Amino acid sequence: MPVHTVCVCVPHRRTVCVGVCAPQENEQPGGTALLAAAHPPRRAPSPGAMEKTRPLWATPLQFVFACISYAVGLGNVWRFPYLCQMHGGGSFLVPYVVMLVVEGMPLLYLELAVGQRTRQGSIGAWRAVSPYLSGVGVASVVVSFFLCTYYNVINAWAFWYLFHSFQDPLPWSVCPLNGNRTGYIEECEKASSTQYFWYRKTLNISPSIQESGAVQWEPALCLVLAWLVVYLCILRGTESTGKVVYFTALLPYCVLIIYLVRGLTLHGATNGLVYMFTPKMEQLANPKAWINAATQIFFSLGLGFGSLIAFASYNEPSNNCQKHAIIVSIINSSTSIFASIVTFSIYGFKATFNYESCLNKVILLLTNSFDLEDGFLTANNLEQVKDYLASAYPSKYSEVFPQIKNCSLESELETAVQGTGLAFIVYTEAIKNMKVSQLWSVLYFFMLLLLGIGSMLGNTAAILTPLTDSKVISSYLPKEAISGLVCLANCAIGMLFTMEAGSYWFDIFNDYAATLSLLLIVLVETVAVCYLYGLSRFESDLKAMTGHALNWYWKAMWGGVSPLLIISLFIFYLSDYIITGTLQYQAWDAAQGQLVTKDYPPHALAVIGLLVASSTMCIPLVALGTLITRRLRRGDPAPVA
Amino acid sequence: MLWLLFFLVTAIRADLCQPDAENAFKVRLSIRTALGDKAYAWDTNEEYLFKAMVAFSMRKVPNRETTEISHVLLCNVTQRVSFWFVVTDPSRNHTLPAVEVQSAIRMNRNRINNAFFLNDQTLEFLRIPSTLAPPTDPSVPIWIIIFGVIFCIVLVATMLLILSGIQQHRRKNKGPSEMEDIEDKCENVITIENGIPCDPLDMKGGHINDAFVTEDERLTPL
Repeated sequence: MPVHTVCVCVPHRRTVCVGVCAPQENEQPGGTALLAAAHPPRRAPSPGAMEKTRPLWATPLQFVFACISYAVGLGNVWRFPYLCQMHGGGSFLVPYVVMLVVEGMPLLYLELAVGQRTRQGSIGAWRAVSPYLSGVGVASVVVSFFLCTYYNVINAWAFWYLFHSFQDPLPWSVCPLNGNRTGYIEECEKASSTQYFWYRKTLNISPSIQESGAVQWEPALCLVLAWLVVYLCILRGTESTGKVVYFTALLPYCVLIIYLVRGLTLHGATNGLVYMFTPKMEQLANPKAWINAATQIFFSLGLGFGSLIAFASYNEPSNNCQKHAIIVSIINSSTSIFASIVTFSIYGFKATFNYESCLNKVILLLTNSFDLEDGFLTANNLEQVKDYLASAYPSKYSEVFPQIKNCSLESELETAVQGTGLAFIVYTEAIKNMKVSQLWSVLYFFMLLLLGIGSMLGNTAAILTPLTDSKVISSYLPKEAISGLVCLANCAIGMLFTMEAGSYWFDIFNDYAATLSLLLIVLVETVAVCYLYGLSRFESDLKAMTGHALNWYWKAMWGGVSPLLIISLFIFYLSDYIITGTLQYQAWDAAQGQLVTKDYPPHALAVIGLLVASSTMCIPLVALGTLITRRLRRGDPAPVA
Repeated sequence: MLWLLFFLVTAIRADLCQPDAENAFKVRLSIRTALGDKAYAWDTNEEYLFKAMVAFSMRKVPNRETTEISHVLLCNVTQRVSFWFVVTDPSRNHTLPAVEVQSAIRMNRNRINNAFFLNDQTLEFLRIPSTLAPPTDPSVPIWIIIFGVIFCIVLVATMLLILSGIQQHRRKNKGPSEMEDIEDKCENVITIENGIPCDPLDMKGGHINDAFVTEDERLTPL
């Protein structure tokens, strides 16, 4: 390939050429090219852009996989099936798809476009849109920080269960024996063995949030390991993250497919699937279904945290992010539906198993009380025999009657659970009844880990990209040190969640740290791009960058529909919080072996208020600060946006 | 007279074995649940075996080595299969205390279960709790071993990456200084040798494609 003939030098020296002389297509044969900092450029770089090139994704596929592994997380597995069940099974898909098209895709495209255009993390990106708006970026970083702190605790729990899956029998399948070995521990008898293992052995939960207890060393060790794994993956920036996302994006699908095959062949799986997919059309009229669909799409895609902006900033400017936005959002939603098929076949199996156990208990009770022949009573003739016994031996029957439970398959299926309860109690209960349960348990928790770590990569990128972009910090510390410090800080704060009351604090963070703030952040983002920066200006920027014109659909969504939707969600949540009055939580009562509802104490409410305020207040405070600094520097030329 | 005695004896013995009698225990078997198709029918021969097993268990107790099969009385056999039993002393007038029978059965529970191909759940002695098998607790919990392995692997990988990153950093720091030397030499070469002139544009050097290195004769001054 001929070299551009303008620049010519001493032939037997290899020197570096800057600017126009860079070779077009071939690799540098060696030597110390400045451009080796990035990957081989696809076209000649513009002159003057040579100070420190931004690391790039090696292929656009890595970017797509990064977005997928970030968006497809634990929420797809444990929140969507619950919502599906609550809002009428198949009919929930209608509001879900509508919200995906109206809200999910446009907002995702907006964030990716902003990141790709400004080529900076969230703080720099919003500063580029308008200098008063870097508060939005700061708010994103604060919310991401909170998210990182509590999200990795889930990975720690997944590690804990994973390590305990290598035992026979699985530790959550049997209750431990009491002191004199004549029976099982009382708490385990009252609850179930899986609940006991979760609440007592894993969390060692205290009866209320006031009694914090001490840091439990076992979950603390697992948390340290979880942070070490995350650090290992983000250590080298996109270079290492780009390789890791191949695994975190693809392997969960392999495990889901294996589970799908296993789940569909389980006894009773069809009960769960039929229950899920029978549409209950009257739920469509319920506004809660639409609100939950909108919320689920919003949070499932991870909008507003700054991770998508961070990922997109490592893109080539000419990357077709519109196509990628559509692909990522469709894959995210399809994964939710796919995961809920798996979940419901497992639900069906568990419900059928429990129903049959319940029936067997009733059969045993009747057989023992009336000394009937063993094997005479079966599920089929149970009702007739009950009637016969009631008429033949009325006194004895009335003695036994209170102990006879009414076994119902529907009530078993209706126990809808979401969140950590689903992942660590319901699923483990189903797994312990499968054959070769150790294998299924290992596979399942490995998948949870992959999903969790994939999301953590995005969460940490949201914090680290603005930090490494800032000249001040990156001149003092190398990238590895910044990542290490962030991981260390998060790990130290995360020790709070390994205390005995840690699970209650986890629920606080999970419910309040991100919800309201994100809605506000994304609202401000959309309004800023459309009205502050100017939709036509943004459109011409995108056209210059990618070469494609902006479809009218995106303009309509960004300008009108999506902001209105977010405002209505925001109003709904605010009014919901205000109407319910005091906030309550579920505490585990060891004596009764079940959850009880309690009120949050004042200091917990203060923490909740602080969580919401610390992120939302960033936006106006930074805007005010910028305004004041500009006023103070009146007379100097205003900085160019 | 003999008939009277006989009736008296059976009456007494019948009195001794009654549901809820003193020192009587109820036994419940679930043969079909345990064995399914291979279930055997419960007949008098099986009862004989049961009496033999109970007598055997009692003979293991000190002071009761003379217990005979005939000392074990069964009654109220139902279809379930369930029945009551008592163990009498050699005089056949009194039943042995429940505590002794209980401890004897507990000691030999495994043998009794095996004789009938049943287990603690399918051959139940009501009021005699079975000793549950203690969990096998290894000295070091298994999870710590696996945790240790994975922790060490991750730690080693992290260290390797950090060290290679530091090495790369050092190489990059040396690199620009090398480049500066070469560039200086290039400038010197130009001025000293007054050889092939570099283009007066703002460039410090030129990149040479190795394929053309040999053709430098073609590089004529502009």
